[in-house]
Amino acid sequence: MNWNMKKIVSLLCGVMLLSPALLAQDVQMADTLRSEGKIYVLVAIIVVILVGLITFLFFTDRKISRLEKQINQKK
Amino acid sequence: MKTSGWKILCVVLLLYTAVAGLLLDVPRLNIVNETIRALYFHVPMWFGMVFLFSMSLWHAIRYLRNPSIETDIHSFEYATVGLVFGVLGIITGMIWANYTWGSPWHGDPKQNSAAIALLVYLAYFILRGSLSNDEQRAKLSAVYNVFAFVAMIPLLFIIPRMTSSMHPGNGGNPGFNAYDLDSKMRLVFYPAVIGWILLGYWIASLRIRLKLAEEKLNELEHEKNS
Repeated sequence: MNWNMKKIVSLLCGVMLLSPALLAQDVQMADTLRSEGKIYVLVAIIVVILVGLITFLFFTDRKISRLEKQINQKK
Repeated sequence: MKTSGWKILCVVLLLYTAVAGLLLDVPRLNIVNETIRALYFHVPMWFGMVFLFSMSLWHAIRYLRNPSIETDIHSFEYATVGLVFGVLGIITGMIWANYTWGSPWHGDPKQNSAAIALLVYLAYFILRGSLSNDEQRAKLSAVYNVFAFVAMIPLLFIIPRMTSSMHPGNGGNPGFNAYDLDSKMRLVFYPAVIGWILLGYWIASLRIRLKLAEEKLNELEHEKNS
């Protein structure tokens, strides 16, 4: 094995060892969006909708409780 | 108003799901990329549906053992909310499939059999709607409910695992494999499942209480008239 081939083999080995790590870094994620802090916009919007719907559910719950009370008094 | 602990737990878990589900680290995987976070929302819909259909089955069996209007109402309302969860599950699945598999309906075994399971349950509502006699409707739909549940189990949990499927957790190997192996994702996924199940239970319980109140009012009217 001459010197050139040794170089190529070691280079290939290096690439093979490194490639999983390199590939993982290549996977596109929303890194820019996160670094700009815009992900918090999404979090805020979803939390507001969730809180709104759940509050509505609580009010409905209370309404039904009141209705149950009224019916029980009628008896 | 007394607020039950489980309702507060439900709210806390759902808010945690939204915040942690978007902010915490997830594995960097090809194709799914950032959409892996849909796991916290799409999968709990199915967990919720199975839970609600189980509750519906439980009350259907209770009805068959000891017929009463109350158990029929329970069984029906759990099935209704369960179907809503299932429809949301299939729609979110289609959105996700469009991005990762290339088309909304890919003919994937899991997707097809989930759709069949929903159709089986849709027939439950058609059956109820086609009968005007209360007792007959309650009895027949309770029997059909048992059939629908028994049909759903192999459709969701057995058939997709016997063939190759692109859906994670299928094609011979149950569990979430690459996805669920990630302990960071479990930290959000399990609370999410509990939170969404509690929400389904909560909505179903409200509908049941409303129907029971209606029933009581009818009874009171009856007593007055007689």
